[in-house]
Amino acid sequence: MSERIRLRGKLPVGAMDTRASGWWAMIFTVFTEASLFSYLLFSYYYLAVQPHLPGTFPEGGQPDLTLAVPNTLILLASSVAVGWAQLGIEHNNKWRLMLGLGVGAVLGIIFLGVQWVEWADKPFGLSSTPYSSLYYVITGFHMAHVIVGVLILLALTWWSAEGYFNARRFAHIHIGALYWHFVDAVWLAVFFTFYITPLLGLRA
Amino acid sequence: MAASHYERHPSVATQDASGLEGRLHLMWKTEPGLLGWLSSVDHKEIGLRYIITAFAFLIAGGIEALVFRLQLSWANLKLLNPEQYDQLFTMHGMTMIFLYAGPILSGFSNYLWPLLLGARDMALPRLNAASYWIYLCAGIFLYAAFAIGFGPNAGWFNYVPLAARAYNNGPNIDMYALGMILLGISTTVGSINFIVTFLRLRCPGMSINRVPILIWGTLTASAANIFAIPAVSLAFFLLWMDRNLGTHFFDVTAGGSALLWQHLFWMFGHPWVYAIVLPAMGMVSDGLPVFCRRPLVGYTVVGLATIATMVLGFGVWVHHMFATGLPGISLSFFSAASIIIALPSAVGVFAWLATIWTGRPVFTTPFLFFASFIILFTIGGVSGYMTGSVPVDWQLTDTYFVVAHLHYVLIGINVFPVVGATYFWFPKFTGRMMDERLGRWNFWTMFIGFNLGFFPMHISGLLGMPRRIYTYSEGMGWDWLNLITTLGSLLFGIGVLIFVWNVMRSLKLGPPAGDNPWDASTLEWATSSPPPPYNFAVIPTVASRHPLWEDRLETGDPQQRSYTSAGLVLDHGREVLGTTPLDAEPNVILKMPADTLVPLYLALSLTLLTLGLALVNWWVVTVGAACTAASILAWLWPEAALGETAELRHE
Repeated sequence: MSERIRLRGKLPVGAMDTRASGWWAMIFTVFTEASLFSYLLFSYYYLAVQPHLPGTFPEGGQPDLTLAVPNTLILLASSVAVGWAQLGIEHNNKWRLMLGLGVGAVLGIIFLGVQWVEWADKPFGLSSTPYSSLYYVITGFHMAHVIVGVLILLALTWWSAEGYFNARRFAHIHIGALYWHFVDAVWLAVFFTFYITPLLGLRA
Repeated sequence: MAASHYERHPSVATQDASGLEGRLHLMWKTEPGLLGWLSSVDHKEIGLRYIITAFAFLIAGGIEALVFRLQLSWANLKLLNPEQYDQLFTMHGMTMIFLYAGPILSGFSNYLWPLLLGARDMALPRLNAASYWIYLCAGIFLYAAFAIGFGPNAGWFNYVPLAARAYNNGPNIDMYALGMILLGISTTVGSINFIVTFLRLRCPGMSINRVPILIWGTLTASAANIFAIPAVSLAFFLLWMDRNLGTHFFDVTAGGSALLWQHLFWMFGHPWVYAIVLPAMGMVSDGLPVFCRRPLVGYTVVGLATIATMVLGFGVWVHHMFATGLPGISLSFFSAASIIIALPSAVGVFAWLATIWTGRPVFTTPFLFFASFIILFTIGGVSGYMTGSVPVDWQLTDTYFVVAHLHYVLIGINVFPVVGATYFWFPKFTGRMMDERLGRWNFWTMFIGFNLGFFPMHISGLLGMPRRIYTYSEGMGWDWLNLITTLGSLLFGIGVLIFVWNVMRSLKLGPPAGDNPWDASTLEWATSSPPPPYNFAVIPTVASRHPLWEDRLETGDPQQRSYTSAGLVLDHGREVLGTTPLDAEPNVILKMPADTLVPLYLALSLTLLTLGLALVNWWVVTVGAACTAASILAWLWPEAALGETAELRHE
């Protein structure tokens, strides 16, 4: 009887790598967040194909790429930094972990600053037209996610400095990093929608 | 930190091993007193709270309905004025669909899932507690608005422009919008918890083809929720922005689109309809066969049909919008999809009928509720199939025919199975049986009252009576039908009262149930009634779909039997066994959190944040957001006792 029940080997104990329940929870959190952005972008495209007065979709014509392209690269670089930190802790390198997470957070903050400049430079306000509402709400939703992501990276940096993680215990790092990579990836969809589709002819 | 902190070889014992149950009880029990009650993360506690709260909302929504049924019982009555009527029918719809129908199933699943799966709790117990508290706060938030006279008044699907600031100037719609966003958070985190529990906490041997159908129903609904709920939360948020911050998403005069609201609402709304029936169908699929003394006919096709229904359910939302002037090609596509969805839906009906036909039915109260559900589902399914056809829909949309259809579907597929499931699992919840004689009275008053109340609505709809009118003129030919409907609804209400009476009475006077009073086949019946805080003293090992019927079914290899009285011992603190997602092979020992108040803090913080948005007061919003962030930070702080840090200090 007990032969069938008894385990052959030992089992790991606690929140280990991708066996942690939190890691699975974060995957499905990312799914639901991705759905949220899908519905936001659906709203953009749905309103984009309605009739508009010329020059109001996008409001003020093609959005300027001067800041948006470098800012996109900054956000992508932050993902690279965080990925580098993740590999670091798997090799038990605490300093590389802290440095990668910290650089990721700083790049995220720079991204937010540049976005703020973009907002301030726009000739329209939240309630000018449907386009302006879409622009501020969708980029605003993304910025809110970046803020949450930066807070997560800062907490992880702090906990890393406390010595909470090593090459066996780093579930928190992978879970937080998963969220950050999502926040970066979803920006590409937002960027494509606002900055590229008008160039492809989706405008009034 | 020695390697032994990272790894262990759990021993094997029988459940009556000396001192084991006492040790586990100390580790898993909820402390007595108010503080213990507020901080419990036990899935059984949370499940029962969900069930009781949802039933309270069912009663509230029922009273609202009875009040406006009196108003409608004859032409030209003036019991309610139009504004009161609008708030009542909107509150009724909102309450039943959002505060009752979804949460009641979350309650049953919360209580039953770990027991059905051979686990000791849900995968994320604190998230489970947070899910309940946020639900309770959202319900109170929505009802507080109603209590001070600002209940939602534009129908539960809240179409713009009626719900826009220009036509609805009070705080009614803002409160509804924000309360729904709060409720959406609860449903989302609850759904994530079900999915992770399914993937990680099934006991050894419970591969995905061995889980009960209720698991498939709730899993499918949960997966749908995480994709669908963002649509409605976003729609309500954009509406709040339109109403308070001057955006133009739904404002047609400024280039927005009123139909965008309908799309976002029904992209959520239709999947939600399936989310609030599939788990209930699952309860029937598991409960009905027990009273037919045989396994369910067609387990595999019923499981697959559940998933197929849900997948198709994402592609039918436009059938709520057939009369809005959309292009013909769109109507054709969504009409076809709506009609095709009858196929997977019918699979269940034939499976249940075949189970009864080939079984030896025992006519208990749960059987009556489960079997009558098949009839009501079929009637509701046929009227839905009819309105899936565009020309028929153009005749019937916004008439009482649709009201009849949706009540046959929602009461037939949700309330009847839920009452049956209460009779079925009440012995497990409480250790006592419910009264069978009262049960018969309960069933027949509800069944006759329901059909008397709702069947005539088909006819008043065909006679052209529109829904949502607060009264009507004499001579339309609707008077007698409406009087019958009102009388039927009163009889149905009496049936619900008999049910409540039976529950109250049986709590005190019901005969003791024992572990397995119905001689059922699944794991929840292998433990005591009510189950101990740790559910199972040793982790069960399963070798078939019916671990408790293996002797008589004689299926499979006689060497391969399920074990419930002997198994792995996990007694180094609160621990559960993590298994692989498909085959349920053990691959980790998971540390489970202690009872904590943090989920309650999180719920209160989010409610404060929501209140700040309702008042458009950015100070309150900031404080609410800061409290939310602080709660989450405290929650996620790496803990040695949970095996989250480099040192596992507790051993």
